[in-house]
Formats: sequence, structure tokens, C-alpha cells
Amino acid sequence: MLNENRGIPDQVAVSEPQRPAHAVVQRVLREAGIGIALLMLIAIFSASAPHFTDESNITNILTQITINLIMATGMTFVILIGGIDLSVGSVMALSAMVAGLVLKAETLPVPVAIVAAALTSVAVGMVCGFINGFVASFWGVPSFIVTLGMLNIARGGALEVTNARTLFEFPNAFNDFGTATLLGMPAIFLVALGLVLLGWGVLTRTVFGRLIYAIGNNEEAVRLSGHDTFIFKVAAFVISGLTVGIGAIVYMARLTIASPILGTGFELNAIAAVIIGGTSLNGGRGSLIGTFLGACLIGVLADGLILIGVGDFVRQMITGGVIILAVILDSYRARIAERTR
Amino acid sequence: MEPILELRGVVKRFPGVTALDAVDLEIAPGEIHALVGQNGAGKSALIKVLIGAYIADGGAMRFLGSPYHPRTPLDALVAGIRVVYQEFNQLPYLSVAENLLFERLPRRFGILLDRETLERRATELLNRVGLSIAPGTRVEHLGIAQRQLLEIAKALSTTGRLLVLDEPTATLTPREVARLFEIIRGVRASGVTVIYVSHHLQEIFELCDRVTVLRNGHRIETVAVAETSATELVRLMVGRRLEAAAHAIEVAASEAGSAAPPTLEPALRVEGLRVRGSSHGISFDLNYGEIAGLAGLVGAGRTEALRAIFGADRRDGGEIYLAGRRVAFNHPMDAVRHGVCLLTENRKDEGLVLPMPLRVNLTLTDLARVSRAGILRARTERATARHWVEQLDVRFRSLEQTARELSGGNQQKLIIAKWLFRNASVLMLDEPTRGIDVGAKAEIYTLLRRLAADGKALLVVSSELPELMVLCDRIMVLSRGRLVGELRRNEFDEERILSLAYSEYMTGKKNPDP
Repeated sequence: MLNENRGIPDQVAVSEPQRPAHAVVQRVLREAGIGIALLMLIAIFSASAPHFTDESNITNILTQITINLIMATGMTFVILIGGIDLSVGSVMALSAMVAGLVLKAETLPVPVAIVAAALTSVAVGMVCGFINGFVASFWGVPSFIVTLGMLNIARGGALEVTNARTLFEFPNAFNDFGTATLLGMPAIFLVALGLVLLGWGVLTRTVFGRLIYAIGNNEEAVRLSGHDTFIFKVAAFVISGLTVGIGAIVYMARLTIASPILGTGFELNAIAAVIIGGTSLNGGRGSLIGTFLGACLIGVLADGLILIGVGDFVRQMITGGVIILAVILDSYRARIAERTR
Repeated sequence: MEPILELRGVVKRFPGVTALDAVDLEIAPGEIHALVGQNGAGKSALIKVLIGAYIADGGAMRFLGSPYHPRTPLDALVAGIRVVYQEFNQLPYLSVAENLLFERLPRRFGILLDRETLERRATELLNRVGLSIAPGTRVEHLGIAQRQLLEIAKALSTTGRLLVLDEPTATLTPREVARLFEIIRGVRASGVTVIYVSHHLQEIFELCDRVTVLRNGHRIETVAVAETSATELVRLMVGRRLEAAAHAIEVAASEAGSAAPPTLEPALRVEGLRVRGSSHGISFDLNYGEIAGLAGLVGAGRTEALRAIFGADRRDGGEIYLAGRRVAFNHPMDAVRHGVCLLTENRKDEGLVLPMPLRVNLTLTDLARVSRAGILRARTERATARHWVEQLDVRFRSLEQTARELSGGNQQKLIIAKWLFRNASVLMLDEPTRGIDVGAKAEIYTLLRRLAADGKALLVVSSELPELMVLCDRIMVLSRGRLVGELRRNEFDEERILSLAYSEYMTGKKNPDP
């Protein structure tokens, strides 16, 4: 409506003084907000929650946020192009079940089975992601609908693969990875951290990442600049599928089982991390650093609330409130950023 | 007589700029009052303060004899002010009728939509502005000129005391403009006062009673139209920049006269191009080193032709040759790869990624040149971007500022820069100076002439005939999807071009291909 134009007329830029720092200011506003919130939360829980700062609790938090962090990394790509992927939780279950069967194949030597299972998991995730992306982009179906369909297809598939049986008794070498530590941190968390850093590098330093942002902001302008936007949109969903496949294998190692009902509701956690991290649901704006902080914030909040004795139900209510709060704050941040430019 | 609207010392500030600096203004009842000034002079800010979209930082307003301080556009509406905005606020998926009467949809039994009454009233309003479309048409299917007329019809749907028109003719053809003027005079005769904002000075002399000139947020002068001249108004608008601007236009004009090198190399050859839904084929040649114009009324198929050549829209038939070789442009990607580019009429939505920095917008056309193995080279990119925006004299304060912050003229220069960076040799420009102020227009003309002199081939679509006549070496005229004539520079004649443009509409037969 009218009031949206209420910001600043075109000519302001011309008369404004040289201010190279303005981009920094904007960035700080965009990303530091969530960082400050996270630090405050940590400070509050450190003071109020017993054993919050214990090493074992910190390890616990890192373990707890790992899966969400992995999924949210891929989700960030999808949301940046203005899409959404509701299928990640179910696809994760499907990936896990198929990979679980490979892992238990008695004809394969253990190391081979582990590698084959990991590759299978990733492949299943990427195929599902490709289907999501292709259908959404080729026929112009909203990704909300396509991935909602995929959510059901993959969940049904996961149940069908073993007729709803849970798989367990995986090789010890595989299960050990789920509890291994490296440099004092859970190994699986390092996997997540590696993915975040890799994804961050791709988004900020590569041609691919540049086009993801540009498409999210104005697809038509990118198309008319001579780019094939189709492949980038599909690629974003394939990347989401890739992280789902990795997430599935990591999750299996942690749980030491593969269940067809695993991952239920994970899509919402991943979306929450991305949104709390300041990435716009309209696409084109946001960062993986934000997503990382968003996932940490959700994890710290959940853990701290448990330690101070808040029950499961109330905890869920609070997490929901935080998501809404994050979106409200984001709209303020956007306005402030607008004013400082 | 007491003024209907009175502004005293109205101030509006934004960070770093004063958009309105103690502006006084008196609008007499029943007059048509023009507001002129370059982009950034404060016209839009003034209108927005007037209609409550901005809240003034100082000063006082009186409307109809009582203090008037609108806080929202609704206040203005209630007070009796009607506005036709430059940017449309339409609901594209609703019908024309629903858009027209959105605030007061006729009902039956209190809750059901009364479609008959809706259509009848909508038809009346549409007839009033001479728009012959079915009231049930969805707004998304309308062209930009039709949307403009729809917006005017909407403003007229309720009786106000003051009607504000912000650049209403930017997208209209001469015939539609004439119709609009009749409407405005009719409105005035029914006792409504009109504020008319426009870049087109001849319109002001044709239509308005008095004119106020704004410059840099100041009111420079208010005079009766009968007591001034176009030259005088331009002098007031530009201030000391007049000489430079006038000179640039002269230079552009004289260069254009002396241009057209003796041997022209063929660049683009279009044979039997049929845009979607049209049954006529269009054929023409475009040479390197020349600027060719494509004239015609809105809806004649000019934009469609450019988009079809570029591969932005599907085409039903036709062949394209580039430097003698047949090419298949099925996607803009193909055209760009061959050095053919399109600057669309819709600069903000299609030409630039507005929320992203200048640097990003510039290198978007050829990221391979600022990267290695898919990884961006930040320093190369910055240096490249700086080189090109400086080359084209884009006024910017930082490469990191967003494209949105640039003025219209500078945005257009940035778009040209991004295509030159891509080594484009054929540039198709659709309305290259729409919404750009006088001074910047002259700069764009000079720039385009320079590009032609450098051997680029340029194809320009414009609804402003004088623009095409200054700029082009030859003008081709489209009428209802058919190429009806071509004039060389020494044959340019406004009347002749116009009669060609109308030729297909005068034969009396029904439009065979809607």
C-alpha cells in the first residue's frame, strides 16, 4: 500500500555523504541482533540454570542442535530463492530407511556398507530434492504445495520400505561415530559446522551463491540478464535434499536405529532456525551465519528451559513465541536498516 | 477569492535531504494548477504531504477554509481529495469492475455481491474515460496505459473537491491524452479543482491555468500559464543547469544529423517475426552504427516485438539473423550470448535487482569475467564495477549502495553499463527515458549517440515522438502489429509518423487479432 513508500525518495542518495561503513551497519543490525539475543540467553541461563555451563551440558546442546543445523543449512538455500521445503523431515526418514537396509546388507563388508549407506542416504535426499525443485520450477507450482506432497510421499515410502519396521543393530563402527568426539566436540556437530561453513562460502563467495541471492530478490531481472534461473532454483532444492541425506545418516548414527517415523516435524524446526536467523521468507535476504545462530538459539533455549525445570509443553509454547518474536523483530530491523542506508 | 488549498511554509525532511523547504502554495478554486520541476525537485513529496502519505515536519495547510493536517491517505480521501497515483495500487487478480468500486461494492441482501449493478456502474465509469474493455476483465490482463486510465476512472468514481493527477500521461498515446484532457476539463466544469503534475510542458500550456515551478524543494515561482513560455519554465526548473542541458540536446541533435556513416554493416535482420497472437509478420533490418526507432501507439506491438526478438517471450514464427547468420533466440540467455540485449520499459522490476548493490547489478550480466572456477574475485569485481559505472558517469556514492537508491536517470545508465560490460553490440531500448528528468534525458541521448558512433546497433522504442526524432537515424512505424512505414531522417515529420501509426486503426474493420 501507500505507506510502504513512506521511506526515502530517490534523490536522497545523491546528497548523502560518502559513508562506506553503511553496509557494515546494516549487516550488524541484521545479524548481530540474533547474536546479542543468543548471548543474553546464555548469560541468563548461566546464572539461573544449574549445570548449564557444565561441559557435559554444552556437549549435549551441541549434539541436540546438530541435526537441525544440518537441515537448516539446506533450507536456507531454498528460502533464499523464495521457496520453502516442507518435506525435509519425511525425506530424512526415507533416506534413513533405505540407507539402513544397505547398512544391514550382510553381503557387504562393514566399511563398504557404511560408505554405501551414506551415499545412498545422500542420493535419496538429492533425488527427492530434485523432484521438488523440478516440479516447482518447471510447472510453476508453489514449492509449499510440491513439498507438502513430497512430505506425504516420502513418509509413506519410509513406512513401505520395511513395512513400518524399525531397523537396528547397525555395525558398531557406525554407531560409534554418533558418540565420537573430536577436539572436545561431538564429531557429528563438526560435520554440521563444516556444512555451515561450506554453505556460507558457497553463498557469499561464488557465482552460484550470487545468483541464488539475485534470483531471490528479482528472478525476472536475472532471467533478462541472460541467466537460466531454472537450474539454480532446482539446485537449491537439490542442496536441501543433500543436507537431508547427510542429516539422516548422522541421525541414524546418533540414535543407532532407523525408524520410519523419525524426523516428524523437523521441517518446522529447520524453518524456525532460518527465520529466527533473519532470513526473509520472501527470499533474497539472509545468511547462513544467521541460520547458525538461529539453530543455536533454539537449542540453548530448549536446554536451558529443561534445566530450570520448565515442562515439555510449556517449552514448546515458549519456542513458538520466540519464532513470532523473531519475525516481529525482523520487521523492525528491516525498517531500521532502511533508515540507515 | 479565498484559495481552496493553502500551504504555508511546509517542510518535509528526510535523513540527509530536505525534500520540501518552507513551501508556500495557493490553489484557487476551480483552476487547473500545474506542478513542474525536475525529478527530485519535491513534486512527489509535496503531493504525498498533501494526501497524508507523508507527514509534514513543519508548516501549516488549510483546505476548504479550515486547517488540514492529514495523517493518513484516508484523511485526505474523507476531506475530499482524490488522487491518481503515478504508481498503481491495483488488485491484479480482481476484475476491472471490482477494482473500480472496491471501496463501495454494491451488495444485495447486505452480504451478496450485486454483480449487475457492479458491472453497470463500472461500465459508466469506463465510458467516462473512454476505456472500452469488459468490466469483468481481470486487471492483470490490462496494458500499462489501460491501467492508467483505470486509475483515473477510479479517482472519478466518487466526487471530490480536489483531484490530484501525478504524471497521468506518462504511458498514454496522444489520442488517449486528448481524451484525458477532455475528462479533466469536464471534471473542472463540475466544480472540482485540479492539481496536475507533469514532465510534459506542452500539456501544461494546453490544459492548465497556472503553474508552480519547484526546484530542490523550494517553490521558485507561480505564474499564469498565459504569461509564461516553455523556455521560461525550463529555465526556472533547471536553474543554472539549463545551458548544459540545452547544449547536450543540441549536441545530440547535431551529431545525429551528421551521423549515419556511409557504409552500414547489417547487425540484426528480422524476417516475418510474429509475436504471440498476431497474424502479421514483421521484417526489418538494423545496422551497426545506427539508431533506429520503432514508433507506434501503445498496443501496436512494439514492446512485444522487442521481447520476442530477445527471447523473453515466445514467438509464433519468424527468423532472426545476426550479422548475416541465422540465430535461434529461445531464451534471453541465447540473445545475450550473441551480444543482443534488451532494456525493458519496466526498469525497476525487470532491469535491476533493486535491493542489491550497484556492484552486483553491474556484474550480473557476465559473472564469468569476475570469477575464477566459479569463485568470485572480490577485488576484480569491485574494480570492474567501478570502471563501468564511472565510464557511463553514473552518480553514486558507494559501489555498495543499492540500485534502489539511484535516481531514474542513473538507474538507466547503470543498466546500459551492465550491458556494455557484457560486450553487447545490439541494444534494444524500450522507453529509455520514461520518468527521467530533463537534464538526465539529455545525458542519455548523448550517451546513446556515442554508442552508435562506436559502432553499436540501437533499436529504440518510445512513445515520445520528439524523442525518436532527435535520437534516430530512421524511424519505423508499427500500427496494430503491422510494420506500416519507414522514414529516413530527412523525411521525419511528426504528422506523417502519427498518421502512419493510426493507419491500421482507421480502416474501420474490426481488430482481426486482439
